[in-house]
Amino acid sequence: MNWKTTATAVGLALLASSGLAHAEGALNIYNWGNYISPDMIKKFEQKYSVKVTVTDYDSNDTALAKVRQGGTGFDIAIPSQTFIPVWIKEGLIQETNPGKMENFKNVAPEWANPDFDPGRKYTVPWAWGTIGVVVNTDAYKGPANSWGIIFNTPDELKGKVNVVPEMNDVIFAAIKYVGGQQCTDDKAVLKKVRDTLVAAKPNWIAMEYNTIEKMGAGDFKATSDWNGSALRQRLANPAIHYNYPKEGYGLWSDNVVVLKEAKNVENAKLFQNFMMDPENAALNSAFHRYANGIAGSEKFMPADMKDAPEVNIPADVKSLGELQRLCSPEIQEIYSKIWTELQK
Amino acid sequence: MATAEEIARAADQRDIRNRWYLSAPAMLTIFFAAVGPLAIVLVYSFLTPGSYGDVKWQFSPEAWVSVLFERDIFDDTLSLAGAHMSIFWRSVKLAIVTTIITLAIGFPTAYFMATRSEKTRDLWLFLITIPFWTNLLIRTFAVLQIIRNEGIVNTVLMKLGIVSAPIQILYTDVAILIGMAYVYLPLMVLPVYASMEKLDFRLVEAGYDLYASRWQVLRRIIFPLVKPGVIAGSILVFIPAIGAYVTPSVLGGGKNMMLSNLIELQFGQGRNWPLGSALSITVMLIVMVALLVYVRNAGSQEVRHG
Repeated sequence: MNWKTTATAVGLALLASSGLAHAEGALNIYNWGNYISPDMIKKFEQKYSVKVTVTDYDSNDTALAKVRQGGTGFDIAIPSQTFIPVWIKEGLIQETNPGKMENFKNVAPEWANPDFDPGRKYTVPWAWGTIGVVVNTDAYKGPANSWGIIFNTPDELKGKVNVVPEMNDVIFAAIKYVGGQQCTDDKAVLKKVRDTLVAAKPNWIAMEYNTIEKMGAGDFKATSDWNGSALRQRLANPAIHYNYPKEGYGLWSDNVVVLKEAKNVENAKLFQNFMMDPENAALNSAFHRYANGIAGSEKFMPADMKDAPEVNIPADVKSLGELQRLCSPEIQEIYSKIWTELQK
Repeated sequence: MATAEEIARAADQRDIRNRWYLSAPAMLTIFFAAVGPLAIVLVYSFLTPGSYGDVKWQFSPEAWVSVLFERDIFDDTLSLAGAHMSIFWRSVKLAIVTTIITLAIGFPTAYFMATRSEKTRDLWLFLITIPFWTNLLIRTFAVLQIIRNEGIVNTVLMKLGIVSAPIQILYTDVAILIGMAYVYLPLMVLPVYASMEKLDFRLVEAGYDLYASRWQVLRRIIFPLVKPGVIAGSILVFIPAIGAYVTPSVLGGGKNMMLSNLIELQFGQGRNWPLGSALSITVMLIVMVALLVYVRNAGSQEVRHG
């Protein structure tokens, strides 16, 4: 075969494959890793005969930086509430008005009109959760509903505590522990935060994300963590308990947005609506192990999540949760200086 | 009519032109893949950080100032950046110690390999390259499995009754060094072996014949002759070690930042791309200075020995 025929053949093959993809429609999702249920994707693909492609990112900063550059080819992203105002302000996402979509009636009242997207003009709930303290009760039997486990570690846990190195979450927790407000610019509070963190660090064994495996193997006896991760740890070892700190704890929420540069806008909107269906949301929750903010999805949840204390916040501590915000660049700069100081 | 000279000159010119054409792909690749991005990094280091990542196109030397100095968060005074200094020093120290350890283990290994029969040498060489077949991350996790509290080492020690409680190796500096030495050892062994293989062992015999002690033979004959390999090996280990990221994070527990973590912070949650750029260039400068000093010292010694 000479060059010309080869090129023609390859060209035709490409044309054929892309033609097929187009005929059925496509949807490109840009999401955190290991965070989307394959079963749910299959269901969406079959229902609307759309081919779904998922690409991973590892942090809100990565996602924002890439989408800002443009030309990503993604239709949908799933950023956290802290970043959504930035995505909106920079004109990266479309006003698809999920608040007016057919399935919006299913969104739980507390998530129907959030601060980060008043009136739900852009976003659809994907998952939400809390950040608290996980303790292995075989190692420590005392009260654990306090950030003191991390910042003023009891003797039994000294040298066995891990801290998930998510800068904003750790500093949020430390501010709560010293009695301040999130994103405070009160220097006295921030100074106390720094001193608390620096004094606490010698009692920590590590600052790692990989908590599920390490708590399971016993390398860590306590850690700061997300609730879904805590649930997986308890299912592996019943002695591991998740605690809601009495000083206050952070709430987060990841949401489905449609990018302005999306090529498959209609499919993306279908997906937003699809995600507000209780059955689909539950299917997704069964995979990523977080609550989803869709009322009525509880009855489709797997049995081990239905009344898991990690997923359903007990009534007496519900009021202690506070949705985390992204602080101003000036405050953020102080945060990263404190963080550098902590890890120097 | 063209003279013979003109024809020759034209041929020469054509030749030169052809050489340029032939090298153009390589030059362009180097330009766009190495010089281009570096230039962007350099330019970014003189800009103002954007509000949420990225940069604002506004000149500012602030990033370079904050590489060396820090404005106190609480009283705004400018002082030497202690945090940056201690992170820099930690990385440099780790790279130096890793180089020394790999040399201490790699030199005898290379000697052993070079003194085997010609047939078996290839086998040893092959064995040394086996770790390269596996991804760095996976090798690091393998080390983790060996040294962790429930790992192979501690389980065996406890079963044998040598220790009653597991020794905490994971998340210590020792763990980082074990991992680094393991990961970078082949990079030291291979160049040292390449030099050692060329060594004429009759010189060693001659040394012994002239009543040199073992130590004298090693120091006066073997070492000077394999020095190019040692230098190459040290450079190959030192440079990646100073930017090591995976190994210190996985085995050290990520409590203490390395240079690479500090840079990552600026491009991630710190959202200070100019500072990240300035720090990256600083690392390059450190490596360059270290190399210059090292190669120059090593070279001048060679003259003395020669």
